[in-house]
Amino acid sequence: MPTLAINTPTGSRSGVQVMKLLRLLMQHGILILGVLFLITPIWVALMSSTHTPETLFQSGLQFLPGDYGRETYAELFTISSGQLSTSAAIMLLNSLALGLGFAIGKVIISMLAAYGLVYFRFPLATPLFWIIFSTLLLPLEVRIIPSYKVVADLGLLNSYTGLIVPLIASATGTFFFRQYFRSIPDELLEAARIDNAGPLRFFIDILLPLSRTMIAAIFIIMFVVGWNQYLWPLLMTTDPDYYTVVVGIRQMFQVMSQGGDLPQFNLAFALTILATLPPVLVVVIFQRMFIKGLVESEK
Amino acid sequence: MANIELHNVRKSYANGVEAIKGVDLQVADKELIVIVGPSGCGKSTLLRMIAGLETVSSGNLMLDGQIINHLEPAERDIAMVFQNYALYPHMSVFNNMAYGLKNRKVPKTEIEQRVIEAAKILELDQLLDRKPSQLSGGQRQRVAMGRAIVRKPKLFLFDEPLSNLDARLRGQMRIEIKQLQRNLATTAVYVTHDQVEAMTLGDRLIVMNQGKAEQIGTPSELYNKPASLFVAGFLGSPTINVLEGSLGKSGFEAESGHKLDRRKFPYSGKASLAIRPEDLHIVPVGQEDFRLRINMIEELGSETLAIGTVENSAQKLTVRLPKKTSLSEGALLSVKLDYKHSHLFDDHGKRLEPEKVEHRQQYSAIA
Repeated sequence: MPTLAINTPTGSRSGVQVMKLLRLLMQHGILILGVLFLITPIWVALMSSTHTPETLFQSGLQFLPGDYGRETYAELFTISSGQLSTSAAIMLLNSLALGLGFAIGKVIISMLAAYGLVYFRFPLATPLFWIIFSTLLLPLEVRIIPSYKVVADLGLLNSYTGLIVPLIASATGTFFFRQYFRSIPDELLEAARIDNAGPLRFFIDILLPLSRTMIAAIFIIMFVVGWNQYLWPLLMTTDPDYYTVVVGIRQMFQVMSQGGDLPQFNLAFALTILATLPPVLVVVIFQRMFIKGLVESEK
Repeated sequence: MANIELHNVRKSYANGVEAIKGVDLQVADKELIVIVGPSGCGKSTLLRMIAGLETVSSGNLMLDGQIINHLEPAERDIAMVFQNYALYPHMSVFNNMAYGLKNRKVPKTEIEQRVIEAAKILELDQLLDRKPSQLSGGQRQRVAMGRAIVRKPKLFLFDEPLSNLDARLRGQMRIEIKQLQRNLATTAVYVTHDQVEAMTLGDRLIVMNQGKAEQIGTPSELYNKPASLFVAGFLGSPTINVLEGSLGKSGFEAESGHKLDRRKFPYSGKASLAIRPEDLHIVPVGQEDFRLRINMIEELGSETLAIGTVENSAQKLTVRLPKKTSLSEGALLSVKLDYKHSHLFDDHGKRLEPEKVEHRQQYSAIA
């Protein structure tokens, strides 16, 4: 702010600098506070997972690293002590299957739906879109009982198909892709028509590459949502082999509150940490592509 | 060899709006025809109908004697250059040009050969690996042209291809397009709203107004013998002067009361007289048709224009002045009309021709 410095009398120049410093401190103070607010629970969980169940039971949450970490995480994967019914590896794989299936399925289905809505003239296209759009207002929980009934009647309980397919239609995704496709100039479609590209060619050669950033964005959002699904997998799976991580954590606490043994809080914390890792990784990896795509806008 | 014919082609939309109200047109082989008109006159719609991007409501569209009304754009053997180029943003220049050929299953070696050949003509050979976003406006324009010429189509369609370029580049590309079209000897239809572009490019012009072809002809025909007041007003810069008035037995009388054209016309009633600024001559006092009070002098470099008001009326006129002039604003100018180059139009804006008898009488009078 050079103008500010010029306008103030020379005597109070140091005063201006103090103000500047204060402002800087405030700004950073707020940011640091925000970071602490978000990071502390994760830190506590991570630290607590490296202590023995006895320490946790006697002295509560831990803020500093302990020396039981290796045993805790090994136990999660080997399940030798019998505290856990399913290995963390299987739960992570189940979560991954649900997350990926959920995200990829939603991207494919909503892209095709939006393609149809935007580029093909068929009766009732607009009302259909608004019907799809209005389902945005209805959360999964509203239709969870009928959906359960359908899955159960089809004999798909305790299967990946039953876990993934009923959730695969996405009003959000369809809406975003529709808006994106509408922003693509019509001339591109016309040029493609003159270049002898049929509907499928146009979709694969032109729309798909242009939508890369949109796909990445929807994929990130949907993967995290899928990974964090709780109620749906809880209802759909009774076989521990199909437990997802999120369900696994919940199940672990249930066992603890029922059994006579010492609650294995360290295992629960460790599993929580493991459960947060893949979504974080997906966001970190795809966000780079997402931002890169946004920066070098080719439209 | 390719000629196209339009027979009473119409376009109406579902909401009842009639965009094209019956257009007849014959385009000969190797001809460059320009469709020109103000925005909303239907010129782009007509071009898009020829391209197959819009359906034809009625009438026939023929390419080389075959009706092509119901053919898909890709089946018509045409290539189109769009106003905003419509390049595929994620493809390199090479792939942009090759895409149409790839989709037509042309062998790879031939695609490569044709693209490189086109790139050489358009001086794009150094840029084949670039993406459209890395090109300047003029280069993008060339790629769009390249995409059209690699196809070796029967017909080129241009939809205002130069309107996104700056004035200097536009002038340069205009010449290049004309040369390219001559060298490739391909029939072309070109749409523009710029009358200068239309006059310089076209072998023939169609002036369109409200979905109808007002006049079809060579640039000089349209300029020297406009069929309607609209055509007269649309072509030419500076704009033609129009004097409202009425035609009677004694000729044309302007609203200002001046009797101007004394020739006989087979019409009487309200009429307009149009005359271009260069056909208004400055004459010594006493010989004038009327006097003009100069409101403004416009120096354009190559010419100087005076915009003034006819004395004792509200009629505004533009006159071209000699290059070196000492006239200034506020001066009075004696002006005479050159009747050989004035045009008369009836109440509906249709051109009126003087009666032939009049000429003979004139000759006899001179003799």
